[in-house]
Amino acid sequence: MEVKQFKEGIWTEKINVRDFVINNVVPYHGTHHFLTGPSLKTQQLWDICKEATKEERQNNGVRSLDTDTISTVSAFNAGYIDRENEVIVGLQTDELLKRTMKPFGGFKVVQKALSEHGVQPNENLTALFSKYVKTHNDGVFDAYTSEIKKYRSLGFLTGLPDNYARGRVIGDYRRIALYGIDFLIASKMQDLENIEGPMSDAVIRLREEVSEQIKALKEMIELGDKYDLNLRRPAQNAQEAVQWTYMAYLAAVKEQDGAAMSLGNVSTFLDIFIENDLQDGLITEEEAQEFIDQFVMKLRMVRHLRMGAYDEIFAGDPTWVTEAIGGMFADGRTKVTKTSFRFLNTLYNLGPSPEPNMTILWSQDLPQNFKDYCSKVAIDTSSIQFENDELMRNNRGSDDYGIACCVSYQELGKSIQFFGARTNLAKTLLLAINGGRCEITGTQMVDGIETLDDTYLDFDKVMANYKVAMKEVARVYNDSMNIIHYMHDKYYYEKAQMSLIDTNPNIDIAYGIAGLSIVADSLSAIKYAKVRPIRNEDGLTVDFKIEGEFPCYGNDDDRVDELAKNAVADFNYELKQLPVYKNANPTMSVLTITSNVAYGKKTGATPDGRDKGVPFAPGANPMHGRDSQGAIASLNSVAKIDYNDSQDGISNTFSIVPKSLGADEDDRIDNLSTILDGYFSRNAQHVNVNVLDKETLLDAMERPEEYPQLTIRVSGYAVNFVRLTREQQMEVITRSFHESM
Amino acid sequence: MSGGKEYPIEELVEMALKMKSYFGKKGGVTVSGGEPLLQSKELVSFFKRLKEEGIHTNLDTNGRILNHFAKELLDDYTDLVMLDIKHMTEEGFERITGMKNKETTFNLAKHREASGKKMWLRYVLIPNITNHADLLHHMGKYFKNYKTIEKIELQPYHKLGVHKWEALGWEYQLKDARENTEEEIQEAVAILKNYFKEVKIN
Repeated sequence: MEVKQFKEGIWTEKINVRDFVINNVVPYHGTHHFLTGPSLKTQQLWDICKEATKEERQNNGVRSLDTDTISTVSAFNAGYIDRENEVIVGLQTDELLKRTMKPFGGFKVVQKALSEHGVQPNENLTALFSKYVKTHNDGVFDAYTSEIKKYRSLGFLTGLPDNYARGRVIGDYRRIALYGIDFLIASKMQDLENIEGPMSDAVIRLREEVSEQIKALKEMIELGDKYDLNLRRPAQNAQEAVQWTYMAYLAAVKEQDGAAMSLGNVSTFLDIFIENDLQDGLITEEEAQEFIDQFVMKLRMVRHLRMGAYDEIFAGDPTWVTEAIGGMFADGRTKVTKTSFRFLNTLYNLGPSPEPNMTILWSQDLPQNFKDYCSKVAIDTSSIQFENDELMRNNRGSDDYGIACCVSYQELGKSIQFFGARTNLAKTLLLAINGGRCEITGTQMVDGIETLDDTYLDFDKVMANYKVAMKEVARVYNDSMNIIHYMHDKYYYEKAQMSLIDTNPNIDIAYGIAGLSIVADSLSAIKYAKVRPIRNEDGLTVDFKIEGEFPCYGNDDDRVDELAKNAVADFNYELKQLPVYKNANPTMSVLTITSNVAYGKKTGATPDGRDKGVPFAPGANPMHGRDSQGAIASLNSVAKIDYNDSQDGISNTFSIVPKSLGADEDDRIDNLSTILDGYFSRNAQHVNVNVLDKETLLDAMERPEEYPQLTIRVSGYAVNFVRLTREQQMEVITRSFHESM
Repeated sequence: MSGGKEYPIEELVEMALKMKSYFGKKGGVTVSGGEPLLQSKELVSFFKRLKEEGIHTNLDTNGRILNHFAKELLDDYTDLVMLDIKHMTEEGFERITGMKNKETTFNLAKHREASGKKMWLRYVLIPNITNHADLLHHMGKYFKNYKTIEKIELQPYHKLGVHKWEALGWEYQLKDARENTEEEIQEAVAILKNYFKEVKIN
């Protein structure tokens, strides 16, 4: 086979995938009309997958389980869906949709998850993990203080990755295709050689980590061998490039079951190989699409073993195979290629799907044809999300980045993230009104907060108390994060992913908040109306009576939007004051995933008039039904949150009924592209777009079997609507579906 | 004037400015009604301000009035006129609107054509009443030489509005009208395509 010559550059000498892409990419400005449908092979494979996922749904969400093997990069033999028809191979195990044990995050969680499906881990493993092997979860709880445990159990801190894998790290999966593993090992050996004394904690740790990475790379060679793929050398054609990249990703999801296991930005990279083979007449467009369809199909089949309780914070069994598509290079060219279109086309060839979590990096300067195609796909499938490439590229500094989890910028191969779940800002505000006590249990959480006994809440007094509460909650939150990430590195280090990232990368810690709209509207009510707290015999607030009107967040009204903006800035400021493990850089998100329901349950009545237990709005969304001034006013309010105060992302989920977007398809496409241009020109960071009628969702609740692929964006990700619990479905339905612009 | 809410012009301009980034190349402010030309004088000041802010202005009218203020509004400050053609005959016009003002609508069209500025026609399709081959040909022939008409938008009649009329205690003049079949809509489109650059179904 002739080895294709690429244009050389820095990348030829040392690892630098970005340089390879910049030198060899062929940007595409044309329309989507070149795209082809699924091949016969793809259709036959997908039929098998559809049948298998149906069995999975019918069998309580799990098709099969392995209770004997600890999943590692090379633990399982090769597995196939239907070998004859597979042009891209590789499964997490030897069988489609089989879930496996990855016990180093926490063995008890594995036991619980298995027992929920009526099985137990192999006895030897149980003995091993109860007596001899320590996990991340064990380590964290050895170090947790009673204070942290209190904040955690009462719902001030929720969803912390202390009993499951933290995820978020994006390996630069392109590296195996471009360089082959032999080169990567040599490079890591060189790095190891250069990490010298004096032997401080940090230096010792780094030497150990790089050694682990080298072992992982060797395991990946073994993995390739099981499938007769020689991953030691670079990929030599398009099919191999896709296959090699997938193998690198597969290694990651065999070893780790992090909440979010993003893919990065492989579409622009893979296009270079595909374009070469097309130019040389080695493959047809149908074959190019077939590689991508089958790659995406494999990504859709990724599964992790989860316990039932996990569903409360991450509903619908998501895996967050997030692929960033499009965007611009720093040199002004677009990163859009024909393979950007081919990825989106899988939503037609295989039907809508939540995974992979396709994320369009939007810029005013994207080719209009691409913008319009993205709008079309969003309207047709409600499966994709949009993020502001102009904002992130300029603010964060690189044009070669992926999206970690839902909405977070992460430079590829050079930077990682420590996932930090989130804190409940609404409960924090209630501390300010309840003398530092938990509003539900009365437990003293924060000392030094003056008890408020005025008939009506006084804005200045509440704010002063709230600042004290924020500072304390931030401190406890930071403590918990430092413990969690220390232990995760120690007991469940992501050696496979980290082997595909530069040694000693930059680290961002990704803190988060929930309940933003509740805080903003509550402060607005206190400031602009009169709020009278109703207290029980213990002096805790159980309800609030509001006299008069107040502006609500989501209506483009600066009086309250300013309160929301400041709520984000203030808490971020508190977090920034605190030192982080491994000197990570503090960032924060306004993102809830689906935990807005669980958070609401754990939060008492709030001064905005929300009753105890009622779900929060997701992410940075205005509260359901309160954004009454139309779609654009709602978007404008969210756009006011400053990205500098929330660099981990500001998630907005936007639902609009088709007819209010336009009379026919052309109008709708045109209008959605224009809305996205407008929204992002105001420095907004993220938006999920759902274009559907409430009636469709109601019908899907009644007749789920008719809607196996109905996909809906929730908060930074998408789910199969029918896989949500009834409670979560209802919450989605009560959200604002804009009927006017 | 009855009903509705009064806004100071600057407040309306402010609202438009907040949405300006969403207008793109084709969007802007559309004033419709009721009949906006009844407030031509005020609209002159409003549209003038919008033009100062670089915002596209669009007037959705049935052309009932063409006085001095209306002409100033149309000629100096309105980028696009969307002219509602109720019917091609005076009898039909009266049946639909209860008034005889076919001629003013047509005069406004003539005036717009003479000014050389953009115009769209809008036409509600009601089986037999307005959706009738003869009437459609009549309209096509009448307007086919107008250079300012970019397209005609067809609004197939539907009964969703009936309850609103009844709730207001008004007699619904078109109670007996039925909705178009898809075939009837397509036939209308086919006829009008002979005369207009673009025919669009709303």
